[in-house]
Amino acid sequence: MRVIIGYLRPFAKRMGLGFLIKVAGTMAELLLPYLLSYILKDVVARKSMEEILLYGGIMILFAALALACNIIANRMAARVSCDFSERVRQDLFDRTLHLSSAQCDRFTVASLESRITTDTYNVHNFVSMMQRMGVRAPILLIGGVLITLLMDSYLSLVMLATLPLIFVTVYLISRKGVPLYTRVQKAVDGMIRIVREDAGGIRVIKALSRTEHEHARYDRANRELVGCETRAGVTMGAVNPVMTLLMNGGIVGVVALSAGRVADGLSDPETVIAFMQYFTLISMAMMSVTRIFVMYTKCAASARRIAEVLQAPEDLPVMAEDGKGPAGRIVFDHVSFSYAGRANDVEDISFTVPAGGSLGIIGPTGSGKSTIIRLMLRLYDADSGRIYIDGRDVRSIPGPELYAMFGTAMQQDFLYADTVEENIRFGREIGRESMEEAARIAQADGFIRSFADGYGHELAQKGANLSGGQKQRLLISRALAGRPEILVLDDSSSALDYRTDAALRRALASERGECTVVTVAQRVSSVKNCDCILVLEEGRIIGSGRHEELLESCAAYREISESQMGGAIVD
Amino acid sequence: MTKGMNPRRGAGAEQEELPRGKRGHILMRMGRYIFHSWPLFLLAVALTLLSNQLSLMGPMYSGEAIDAIADPGGVNFALAWENIVWMLICYVASAVLSYLLSVVMVFLTQRVVYAMRRQLFEKLTTLPVGYFDTHQAGDIISRVSYDIDVVNASLSQDVVQVMTSIYTVVGSLIFMWQISRPMILIFVVTVPISILFTRYRSRKVRPLFRVRSRKLGELNGYAEEMLSGSRTIRIYDREREIGGAFHARNHDAMEAYYQADYYGAALGPSVNFINNLSISLVTIFGGILYMYSQSGTVSDTSMFFITLGGVAMFVQYARKFAGPINEFANILHEFQSAFAAAERVFRVIDEEPEPADASDARILTEVRGQVDMERVSFGYTPERMILHDITIHARPGETIAIVGPTGAGKTTIINLLMRFYDSSEGRILLDGDALQHITRNSLRGAYTMVLQDTWLFHGSIYENIAYGREGATLEEVREAARAAHIDGFIMHLPEGYDTILSDDGVNLSKGQRQLITIARAMLAHTRMLILDEATSNVDSRTEIRIQQAMNTLMQGKTSFVIAHRLSTIQNADRILVLQNGQVTEQGTHNELLAAGGFYASLYNAQFS
Repeated sequence: MRVIIGYLRPFAKRMGLGFLIKVAGTMAELLLPYLLSYILKDVVARKSMEEILLYGGIMILFAALALACNIIANRMAARVSCDFSERVRQDLFDRTLHLSSAQCDRFTVASLESRITTDTYNVHNFVSMMQRMGVRAPILLIGGVLITLLMDSYLSLVMLATLPLIFVTVYLISRKGVPLYTRVQKAVDGMIRIVREDAGGIRVIKALSRTEHEHARYDRANRELVGCETRAGVTMGAVNPVMTLLMNGGIVGVVALSAGRVADGLSDPETVIAFMQYFTLISMAMMSVTRIFVMYTKCAASARRIAEVLQAPEDLPVMAEDGKGPAGRIVFDHVSFSYAGRANDVEDISFTVPAGGSLGIIGPTGSGKSTIIRLMLRLYDADSGRIYIDGRDVRSIPGPELYAMFGTAMQQDFLYADTVEENIRFGREIGRESMEEAARIAQADGFIRSFADGYGHELAQKGANLSGGQKQRLLISRALAGRPEILVLDDSSSALDYRTDAALRRALASERGECTVVTVAQRVSSVKNCDCILVLEEGRIIGSGRHEELLESCAAYREISESQMGGAIVD
Repeated sequence: MTKGMNPRRGAGAEQEELPRGKRGHILMRMGRYIFHSWPLFLLAVALTLLSNQLSLMGPMYSGEAIDAIADPGGVNFALAWENIVWMLICYVASAVLSYLLSVVMVFLTQRVVYAMRRQLFEKLTTLPVGYFDTHQAGDIISRVSYDIDVVNASLSQDVVQVMTSIYTVVGSLIFMWQISRPMILIFVVTVPISILFTRYRSRKVRPLFRVRSRKLGELNGYAEEMLSGSRTIRIYDREREIGGAFHARNHDAMEAYYQADYYGAALGPSVNFINNLSISLVTIFGGILYMYSQSGTVSDTSMFFITLGGVAMFVQYARKFAGPINEFANILHEFQSAFAAAERVFRVIDEEPEPADASDARILTEVRGQVDMERVSFGYTPERMILHDITIHARPGETIAIVGPTGAGKTTIINLLMRFYDSSEGRILLDGDALQHITRNSLRGAYTMVLQDTWLFHGSIYENIAYGREGATLEEVREAARAAHIDGFIMHLPEGYDTILSDDGVNLSKGQRQLITIARAMLAHTRMLILDEATSNVDSRTEIRIQQAMNTLMQGKTSFVIAHRLSTIQNADRILVLQNGQVTEQGTHNELLAAGGFYASLYNAQFS
């Protein structure tokens, strides 16, 4: 919550003014029942029609004043909460983009998403509600109690006795209800999961004639859900009747007590009428306060989740340079790394790629190929060993400088809803010619021009309106468009058919100039022309050298190569 | 207590209005669900009326108690106490009944919702596969959960609310009529204000809230999309640019939010104002009438006569009367949402199921595995044909490989073979019988299939593999897993075969998932096999290892294989090259190479 308060500080003046206006409006409203009883008791006794109209006019005026003040204050509150949450969300988003990969893994992307969306939304709602109900309810409560105390302190004790009861019962029932709703949510998830699974596996289910079995499985989930919802509904259904009963019970108490007091001349029936009005106002305020408490717990949890991200420490700091490292464009020197801190995901990796050279990495899924790329790009820091780019430790190169050297395309990489052109440019200053040139080398120019609107063609979210091969070619175009010194293709042509893949490699070979190329692949054909190929298995290098050398020296490589003799035919 | 915006119905609950006739139809259907539990429904109606009647009587007794207290001859204790006790009884009884009512409604709506969900799901499983190809899972899920939820909320709250509102409005009006007819005139002022306010709410404010939900949804969508690319954004050093793009959208969304709140800010205070205004008016008119009644100017038989207790009652009834009038627009809107949601649910329930098997369809018992596809043409929509004049003959035990670029129609052939779709022209025979003369269940049961999209469900690994054959023992399951080279991996998991596969549980690679479905296929003993990119996610070395098992699986079966790797294809008895829905080449690997066509050009490209 402290973070939230920090964000609210700049708005303190506006909030203060809004607060005063709100208080004024609420006070005007509070005076109405008092005027009601005053008119009925004193003015009526004076038998003055003019005075009744005068005080009645004042009541209407106060009602209008309350209306105006509350609307103005609510609008000010809306402005403050919108400005507030815009800032929080912006900072949160910016901070999230700057998190290191290790931090992202720890938070998980799904959780980061919900912090930006749901959690800021919750906090926004709470901030907005606090300025409206959060001001109004306490004023109604305190002001109402004060006025009734002044009018008849004895009778107002009944009211004071009822209030804690309302609060406690609602609080208790809600506390019992919240876990029940958590279970409802779990049951809903279970039911939805079955629907999702069966929608995806309908062919398998029909092929195996397991429809009846699925019906039974769904029925169990359905019954479970109905059971949970019933329990929650039966519990929470008590809230309204109990509150209404307590409120009405209080009114009965006031009337009952007043009988004796009126007889003793200590009170009068008109006061009782005003009390009945105050009772309604105050009980409603009490209910609001209870709701604020429930919302507070929700908001506090969200605020904590937001603060966790905002206050996450700066990861992967840039270190001071400590002298010249070994020569070569990319050098790995006995590098080991583990994501989880247990068994090493890559172990003792050493290699050197000279400037302008080409490196291929091949191996089964999970053998650590992409991990090497991530370490090279300093998405993670190695646990031991060192990595050098142009003789500088990768940890001593500031991010912008490091990433300016690279052009990278990964297997399941990122395309977004915008034009083809913007997806290739990716917010960089790249001329039209360089962009089209890159697309030509990446074999993407042809299919892009086949769109009616060419480079202006709009992609769907995540590029869903492109085929796998088209997506990969766009990603390679993006990597090439910045004319990088080091081009990294991480399993980025796996969806290309064989002919296109061959054409891509031919184009790259003739156009790359001084560029160093690192290619990660499962297909031998994608790496076989590299100056050096690393064969990886379970995080270790089990062979390295040129294609011909590896066919001789590395049994695993030979096996892969033979099994893939045709490569991928189509698709 | 004014009912807040229901969070479950908040964002995205905006629907188009339905035509009147349709609404009546939906109401009838909903009524039928409720009618199944008619005793509960009658009980609910009775409880609603009774508890409202009791709560309406409360103010009456309180007014009479005040009159007894304000008796000019001193407090009439006997009468006062009598009324106070009645008041208490009314409120307690009303609370008990209203709790009972909410319990009854929970049971009633849960029964209805259970039946709807069940009907909807069972309907889904009888729909043709095409339905799932044309409807996104998310859409189906939102009908099963969100739409039914909306119906549920509407049934359990709005139905009671409407009954209560009508009863309260009419009841309060009657009570007020009895207390003082002239004072009813104050509603000539307040009711039109309520109506104006309701119109403001639905014409001005609601559209703004719709815009606000949409903008917020777009913003969230953008944030989610960009976060999925956070790694790429980092390695291209684009954090600042993306942050800037987000800023524009964030600002835009918050402006829409503010616009809605700006106009929406009037809602709460307006409701209070109408309440306060009516209290003020009651005070003025009541005060004047009370003054003349007390002074004797108005006789106690005149309709202008009013007591102090009468004024007190009137104030309370006026408040009760105003509540439902202010809420009217809200309830109406929620009913519209509920109708639209129910309509979406019914639309699925009304979908055409897969047509019934022909009356003379026989159940396959012995299968030889002779498959003949003769001059078959097919399109998912008549305007766009996918397959043109396809003829394939597969003899028992033969392996037919199908090769071709994406979109050529390979998977469509599989869909026709298993009768997930029916061909529009030509015919398909199994062992000489047209597929139409075989029951769908037994036809599909004659095939085993492994698809590219691996399908696993939430359950143990054992259950997932054993799904291939009902009642398979653990030993049989392990045997199949061993053949698929996945037994070793499974045994290394702490829970072994009892490991639960779930989204947040063990992380299986795509390859491992595919091996599990291959193991599942190995359990099923059929004469025909379909492999649709069955090993596309398995890396080359593992593929070599399971090749033996795949060969065993194909042994003696009529097999249809779609694959993009040659190793699987080149030993096929016949390879069909499919291009644009037509078979352009067919023959063995060697024959096709010799022919020097498309296949050969693909194959030779690697050596260039």
